[in-house]
Amino acid sequence: MQPIIIVRLRDKAEQAVHHIVGKSGHHLGNMRMQPSPNNQIEMLRQMQTIRRFEERASDDFHAGDIYGVVHCYIGEEAVAVGVCSALERDDRITSTHRGHGHCIAKGADLNRMMAELYGRETGYCKGKGGSMHIADFSIGMLGANGIVAGGIPIVTGAGLAAQLDGNGGVAVSFFGDGASNAGPFHESINIAAKWKLPMLYICENNLHSANTPASKTLALEDVAARAAGYGIPGVIVDGNDVMAVHDAATIAVARARAGEGPTLIECKTYRQSGHTERLEAYEHRTSEEIDLWKKKDPITQFANNLIQREGQLSEADWKQMDDEILQAIQASVDFAKASPFPKPESALDDIFAQ
Amino acid sequence: MRQISYAQAGSEALVEELRRDPKTLVLSTDAAPALVEEFGDQRIRATPIAEGAVTGMAIGAAGSGYRPIVNWRIVTFSFVAMDQIVNQASKIHYMFGGQAKFPLVFRATVGGGGKLAAQHSQSPYSMFMNLAGLKIILPSTPYDMKGLMKSAIRDDNPVISFESSRLMGFKGDVPEEEYTLPIGKADVKREGSDITIVAIAWLVHEALAAAETLAKEGVSVEVVDPRSLFPLDAETIRTSVRKTGRLLIADEAGPTAGASAEIAALTAEDADTFACLKAPIKRVCALQVPVPYSPVLEDHVFPDRDKIAAGVRAVLG
Ligand SMILES: Cc1ncc(C[n+]2csc(CCOP(=O)(O)OP(=O)(O)O)c2C)c(N)n1
Repeated sequence: MQPIIIVRLRDKAEQAVHHIVGKSGHHLGNMRMQPSPNNQIEMLRQMQTIRRFEERASDDFHAGDIYGVVHCYIGEEAVAVGVCSALERDDRITSTHRGHGHCIAKGADLNRMMAELYGRETGYCKGKGGSMHIADFSIGMLGANGIVAGGIPIVTGAGLAAQLDGNGGVAVSFFGDGASNAGPFHESINIAAKWKLPMLYICENNLHSANTPASKTLALEDVAARAAGYGIPGVIVDGNDVMAVHDAATIAVARARAGEGPTLIECKTYRQSGHTERLEAYEHRTSEEIDLWKKKDPITQFANNLIQREGQLSEADWKQMDDEILQAIQASVDFAKASPFPKPESALDDIFAQ
Repeated sequence: MRQISYAQAGSEALVEELRRDPKTLVLSTDAAPALVEEFGDQRIRATPIAEGAVTGMAIGAAGSGYRPIVNWRIVTFSFVAMDQIVNQASKIHYMFGGQAKFPLVFRATVGGGGKLAAQHSQSPYSMFMNLAGLKIILPSTPYDMKGLMKSAIRDDNPVISFESSRLMGFKGDVPEEEYTLPIGKADVKREGSDITIVAIAWLVHEALAAAETLAKEGVSVEVVDPRSLFPLDAETIRTSVRKTGRLLIADEAGPTAGASAEIAALTAEDADTFACLKAPIKRVCALQVPVPYSPVLEDHVFPDRDKIAAGVRAVLG
């Protein structure tokens, strides 16, 4: 079974059409889906919110107000937003060490996120987790994770719970190309395929894991091709095209809700920022490669598309949206700074449930 | 004498041993460009993120004539390889009746202080001490790092080199000429007569700082650095305690079933040493919790020079 590629093209009437083609290029069919204009604007807003949140987190990390380590998702926002826009609030996800985007796309509160980065009592984890460990169980965000591939079995368990509940919930695993080389990925996806769990496995292939290019560690070029080994659909999609991601996710969600089992979707994307925000982090990627991908920036592309092609947004609307987002980010920083640090003795709280 | 950092001392030992023995290999998710440059990508391998498989492969290559050095990087990632460490590496020589040698080094940083939260701030060496079949070093100075690392690479058994993340930039004297240090030999880092502090890795430096403060109060502190946790040099520790009559153990790990518990037991169960004790043994360790992120919480959890000095005053009554 070859992975299928979903390519978003336009027909004569400028309607978006997705051509589904095989890896060898033969045409398998078309599909057409169009979320409402409001939804698309909301998706743009979420993407820009992630971008602005992380730009601020990076600045405040360098200023010494945020500690430890921060991994930015800049350039990959279309993946989290494209997928989460196809989910319901009760659907569950797990994230990675690069988790701010998944949190925001799933609907997390910016104030509590920023407060967590600031190590404050009002943060999502009461200051115990920081950037790498944000969770919001009330919106089905079961946690970012410091262990590569650590979240994949966990969310597969959430998929099992959804299947047992029997009310159509799905569970979504976000992970990197690097994680797709790790045992937990293969073990989980095999079980999910066999048990037909309502799952989406979303590989964010940003072409590198830390300082190692994916080309040096993946035995195949496409992570999606691995789906064949488990007898499930493998889909490749432009991870910088939020609508393409959204549509691929929508199909996979429908499949999962219908009891047909998991789908592996590989989103080809790029991390424009360094692996972490630490200054000493060494960069092995060429500036040509980084610049090339900055030209394919998912937010610029989507905004231009909505402004120029779809006419859903004016330049002025876009500017206003960005101003509102910047205000919301500033408000989250103000909230964090106004919040107290936790009491030292609270280090001993929450080891066990009471 | 020339001064280099703790991290440089480890790298220097590695490079010298790679030059010395063509059977050595390095496996890690991150291949250091300088090593690839000198030794090529056959011997210096960037692996996929697959610590379990890579650890097992190192065991297999070691049993087939090579000397792999696996860099797990942070001890956090070794947990993904627990089957290969616990069920395989630590038992393979013994279980097969000593048929083959398994010359292996596993490198991993340990410790907190970086505000990296629970998963990336661990000091779990006692879990590995408990296994029988793994040697464990945990140096506190660049000099000890270099000498012990070279011995670890030359050893015909699996050795875990735990390396304190807090000490990476710490500089100290390291001679240009070749030397090694024996695994399993403690070092008296400061002589004193009123109390022995056995301190591990970063806490050796905190204990030395506490000893300076206490000296001004008229208290003479002896600081013993075990340097290796398995084998653990009970004799040097007991000799020191027989001299001072008091023992405080400082460890960045939690106390429960920790290296500190083992050191306390080895001291107290020796009749001659027990007879010399003038006060109960005291431990100054991290609180027994996963390490929290926020600086106020993290500082509260870890021991430091002030907590050590306070502990000494309490022992002296
Ligand atoms: C089991 C494990 N091994 C190593 C690491 C160190 N590490 C953190 S992120 C990372 C790279 C992950 O690459 P990928 O899964 O592609 O995600 P990306 O960083 O590209 O988003 C590595 C090796 C880790 N966190 N967990």
